[in-house]
Amino acid sequence: MMKKCPVSALNTVLTALSGVAPLYLPVNGKGKDTRAKYTKYEDGMIYSTALNTVRSAKDFFFPQTENLVNFKVDGKNIEIIDPREEHEDFILFGVRACDYKSFDVLDRVFLSEPVDSYYASRRAHGIVFTMACTRPAETCFCTTFGIDPSEPQGDVSCYMTETDVYFDAKTEKGEVVLAKLGDLLADCEESTVNEQKELISSRMKALPLSSLSTEAFGGDKLDKLFDDPRWESLSESCLACGTCTYVCPTCQCYDIKDFDTGHGVCRFRCWDSCMYSEFTKMSAGQPRLTQMQRFRQRFMHKLVYYPANNDGLFSCVGCGRCLASCPISMNIVKVMKTLSEEAEDNGSK
Amino acid sequence: MQTVTRETLLDKASALLASGEVSRVLGWKKGEFAYDVTPAVFESAEEMEKDFVYDIFSGANFSKYLIKETAKEGKVLVFLKPCDSYSFNQLLTEHRFDREKVYAIGIPCDGMMDASTVKALAPEGLVSAERDGDNLVIHTLYDGDKILPYADNLPDRCRHCKSKKVVAYDEMLGENGDVVDSHRFDEVAELEAMSEDARFAFWQNELSRCIRCNACRDVCPACTCEKCVFDNPKSGVENKAISDSYEEKMFHIIRAFHVAGRCTDCGECSRVCPQNIPLHLLNRKFIYDIDRNYGDYMAGAEEGSRAPLVNYKTEDPEAADVLERGDK
Ligand code: SF4
Ligand code: SF4
Ligand code: SF4
Ligand code: SF4
Repeated sequence: MMKKCPVSALNTVLTALSGVAPLYLPVNGKGKDTRAKYTKYEDGMIYSTALNTVRSAKDFFFPQTENLVNFKVDGKNIEIIDPREEHEDFILFGVRACDYKSFDVLDRVFLSEPVDSYYASRRAHGIVFTMACTRPAETCFCTTFGIDPSEPQGDVSCYMTETDVYFDAKTEKGEVVLAKLGDLLADCEESTVNEQKELISSRMKALPLSSLSTEAFGGDKLDKLFDDPRWESLSESCLACGTCTYVCPTCQCYDIKDFDTGHGVCRFRCWDSCMYSEFTKMSAGQPRLTQMQRFRQRFMHKLVYYPANNDGLFSCVGCGRCLASCPISMNIVKVMKTLSEEAEDNGSK
Repeated sequence: MQTVTRETLLDKASALLASGEVSRVLGWKKGEFAYDVTPAVFESAEEMEKDFVYDIFSGANFSKYLIKETAKEGKVLVFLKPCDSYSFNQLLTEHRFDREKVYAIGIPCDGMMDASTVKALAPEGLVSAERDGDNLVIHTLYDGDKILPYADNLPDRCRHCKSKKVVAYDEMLGENGDVVDSHRFDEVAELEAMSEDARFAFWQNELSRCIRCNACRDVCPACTCEKCVFDNPKSGVENKAISDSYEEKMFHIIRAFHVAGRCTDCGECSRVCPQNIPLHLLNRKFIYDIDRNYGDYMAGAEEGSRAPLVNYKTEDPEAADVLERGDK
């Protein structure tokens, strides 16, 4: 049964939710950057309806840095300390359909054998409220990857109109949480959000990137794309900053490092980026010697290697973050358009 | 208004390519939207005709790309806005590229927009933006058009532009300007006037957003080390991500010290930061201090100038004098 509350009562609902478990939601920033970022809810905070947070929701399941284990050295003894802290339920509110789909992409990596227990534990403890996108941005192209922002998945999917917020429990976890809100939500018909859904669908069709196609890509395109001469010009001004990989909800590479604390070792993992010269550096060096090769890796991974290993699923969800953040405005859309064009030009290739 | 137009630059570049004077052109390449212009190397007039843009989003500074471009065969054409030309000179002072392999065209500038600035003005569904006389016109998907005064809405680096003068060029297009009164130290002075705790809280809040992508360093024309200490696994400080919040501040403080006296205040660091951290304020603090202690000095204003920090003079102030003055 769909439930709802008036927009004016949203804060009461959020406060109640934060009583169930720590609640994180997009809130506009303070200081020089007022864009929305996920923030731990405190009474009175205002939920930001801004479309996509600068950093994605992957942070909650796969944080940028995470302490794995600590070693404390005392004379000849080494004490092993477990610093793990991912044992508590938490609620994520306001996740967009694209970010929700990114969890699927990450699951296939971290939950396949050998299962990453840190990630698995965070996933098991997370309760996700998604939010339909009434005002998709010009940089959004989730529909290219078959994602429907009018039907966001999750434990509870939400819709927001000028007057009301709607809650639709999709899983048992979601049902349980909504039940705890009791009278704060009123029952309503599923069909009440139909108009919203139609509005969203028509807006998606009108977006500038709505015609972007994945036709030229997929698991079987390795030979065709790998040596494409266009990689050179596409990558020529890339700064190798890795911003695109850090803001991306599906980028999943990490490094494990030891930090010498002076009286022991803190072993942590942190995100890594295929754009970096030090990425996967081994005694024999880094396997990808030029920035062109590193740049190519990022896009080939999303558009060819990942689908080859995951039943055709692409590992881009079209959230548009790399479009908004890259210092040189190079991004997956430009790569896809350029390489698709070439395929058309030389039909024989 | 931009007196030099896309056509002016295109004609010039085509002629230089045709005569063989240059073999490549560093230019801005059009994107999907109005604001996502990419730095690119063009090799023919046809390529330029197709994709070259010069408009209010042609803000990227090409000087640093010259290190890579001059390592190749032939001469490269580069367009220099006033601020770019300071970086150009500073790189020459540090012998970072071969001047003989560059043909530099100076272009006047009265302020460039950038993606994050224009997005802040229209955060939802920004379709395009252009300049119309003194106004900035923004077209949005859901809220119609927004018309705003252009000059007042420029990014910080252009609102506080230090100079309209192109200080290095082979050929100047349009009319060259002068060094202007920028008020660029006003905000530094405000920070200095804060209590220590308030200032700490200010930087804590700003720097805590850093994701350590190093884009600020990668774009910086003063950061040209072959191997940055922060990328060197043997340095012991190489970290791909923040390990704690203290380390984060160290990274920025070390970087600011390293570029002190060499930073030309081109503003690229703040422009590229995906987290909108006002990095230019750190660097300006150093410029402000250098000016107060050693007399006005602008890195890049003159090729080959000796920066005060590497040029001992007997009349340089002693630390005690500075302490007595009570600088923050
Ligand atoms: S590649 Fe870009 S658009 Fe695709 S999921 Fe990553 S950040 Fe989003
Ligand atoms: S990409 Fe799709 S799901 Fe993501 S924010 Fe945009 S419209 Fe919503
Ligand atoms: S964000 Fe842009 S410049 Fe930085 S590594 Fe990615 S593609 Fe290169
Ligand atoms: S560009 Fe911004 S986020 Fe990236 S390292 Fe520099 S300050 Fe940090």
